[in-house]
Amino acid sequence: MKKQLLAILLLISPALVLANEGGANLDKAQIDPANQESLQRGARTFVNYCMGCHSAKYERYNRLARDLGISETDVIDNLIFTGAKIGDTMKIGMQSKDAKKYFGAAPPDLTLIARRRGADWLYTYLRTFYLDDSRPFGVNNKVFDKVGMPDVLWELQGWQKPVYETVTDVNGNKHQKLVEVKLVRQGTQSPAEFDRTVRDLVNFLTYMAEPVKLQRQALGVKVLLFLFVLFIITYLLKKEYWKDVH
Amino acid sequence: MGMLVNLRDWIDARFPLTKMWDEHLAKYYAPKNFNFWYFFGSLALMVLVIQIISGIFLTMNYKPDATQAFGSVEYIMRDVDWGWLIRYIHSTGASAFFIVVYLHMFRGLLYGSYRGPRELIWLFGMMIFLALMAEAFFGYLLPWGQMSYWGAQVITSLFGAIPVIGDDLALWIRGDYVISDVTLNRFFALHVIAVPLALIALVIVHILALHEVGSNNPDGVEIKKTKDENGIPLDGIPFHPYYTVKDIVGVVVFLMFFSTVIFFVPEGGGYFLEQPNFEPANPLKTPEHIAPVWYFTPYYAMLRAVTFDIGPLTAKFLGVIVMGGSVVIFFFLPWLDKSPVKSIRYRGPIYKTMLTLFVIAFLTLGWLGTKPPTELRTLMAQIGTVVYFAFFLAMPFYSRMDKTKPVPDRVTG
Repeated sequence: MKKQLLAILLLISPALVLANEGGANLDKAQIDPANQESLQRGARTFVNYCMGCHSAKYERYNRLARDLGISETDVIDNLIFTGAKIGDTMKIGMQSKDAKKYFGAAPPDLTLIARRRGADWLYTYLRTFYLDDSRPFGVNNKVFDKVGMPDVLWELQGWQKPVYETVTDVNGNKHQKLVEVKLVRQGTQSPAEFDRTVRDLVNFLTYMAEPVKLQRQALGVKVLLFLFVLFIITYLLKKEYWKDVH
Repeated sequence: MGMLVNLRDWIDARFPLTKMWDEHLAKYYAPKNFNFWYFFGSLALMVLVIQIISGIFLTMNYKPDATQAFGSVEYIMRDVDWGWLIRYIHSTGASAFFIVVYLHMFRGLLYGSYRGPRELIWLFGMMIFLALMAEAFFGYLLPWGQMSYWGAQVITSLFGAIPVIGDDLALWIRGDYVISDVTLNRFFALHVIAVPLALIALVIVHILALHEVGSNNPDGVEIKKTKDENGIPLDGIPFHPYYTVKDIVGVVVFLMFFSTVIFFVPEGGGYFLEQPNFEPANPLKTPEHIAPVWYFTPYYAMLRAVTFDIGPLTAKFLGVIVMGGSVVIFFFLPWLDKSPVKSIRYRGPIYKTMLTLFVIAFLTLGWLGTKPPTELRTLMAQIGTVVYFAFFLAMPFYSRMDKTKPVPDRVTG
């Protein structure tokens, strides 16, 4: 029996290994997917600052309205700038052919970006743009080096400068390592306000990547409760039948 | 009641309904001492049914077209009623299938279930395993994410390592110079028709062979050797109702684990649904790290463990041979094992040590296959590969040498 337990432990060990890695140097997003106000603020930031270039072509406006607790009229008045209908998905006018010309690579669709990158990565990425004259848009990013995207949230956050440290690698070569970014000119929001803005945006992106998540978890609790009751019944049934096996 | 009896008799006169029921359930005598490890056969059958049913509903909305496949999966996840549940059942079911089948195979190694007279059951079982690997491989391309695409690209290009015919063979399999819409269409056909048909047929012969010979048990004792005056094995109990009610408990426990994944961690920590697969396939953008899904990683690690050429044979070709060999060698197990006893309960320390080392090697290789290679990891994979093959190739010698305990005449419960 000890061996069997060991075998099962070993089988689930990959999950334990995974829990220990990644996440290095990423700030925790600490989002709350049940907070509808946060999601609504995030949606507003998304349509105002992201949807100029990025689509969310698998998310429908009316789904967004329903899930975020906004009326369809409010969505039409406040969140749709593209002339789309309420049942349409969140597409944009920019052609990927043109986008490629402007940015070097077409800005990716963002519907699933939170499942691709993870909330912490997005939260860190959106807050760590820094000034870098060598880049076409004058900015670089701490977690996405040589990023093609301009710092679209600069008017909110302000400008940041990189802080370097000289490190010596295993071969004895010295080189500059980016350790942090420092705010040098504040934008219209204080750092705390800006963190909240980004947290709300990441919350929204995470919602959009899997709109069914809350419903899924709620249903899961019921399913497990049902199975637990079923387990007791089936176990007693088995015991009853097996009474005469010796 | 009378009408139902009449109906049964009417059918029995035209079709062996009662005969089949008796042969396979009500009068199929299974050893009474099945333990934990004996749940996984019936569970594998149930997962197959789950995959077929959820798969049928997925095909109703999935589009096997390179421009629409990724979007159609998201359509299922968002716009189809309960589509997300069906999709998670199917994606989790794939991993569950391998977990259950690996445990089922491990049971065989523990109690010598592959030994005579059950060699054919084992061979059919191994063919099921091969079909399952093919099914999983073809299915993994269908969501058309980055890992779907590049995983298929890597695996199909392996065929290119075969001397002389390699490149043409890879081209023939893909139907194109790279993975493309053509490949997606044929993989869809193979995934939803060809391989499932083969799987079902193989499962039927696997069970027919089992019911002809009778089940092995944790003691490795043949229960048919001691029968009562009616010809019923003394240590046997009818499969129905005893093992049907017992297996139902197993099914419920399994469903608890299965549901926990589906409803709370459907990505399985990035192992059941890989993160890069949430990005649509892009033939122009190779991911920095390509790893197959977890259930293929032990073999993938062995493929990469071969880093040297031997004469005219390239490392890649030898790697393919090693990878293929690591699966094929399982087929020979019934003839490699020369031990006088079947069950681990009566085997000596050498087999127990070898089996433990084999399990450690298999799991380590599985972990290594998910990681980008480094010098140390490659060395570990090479050691793991040697241990893996030693378990099989040295078996004719160590299984004969091993000190065994006397096997009782009857099962010990």
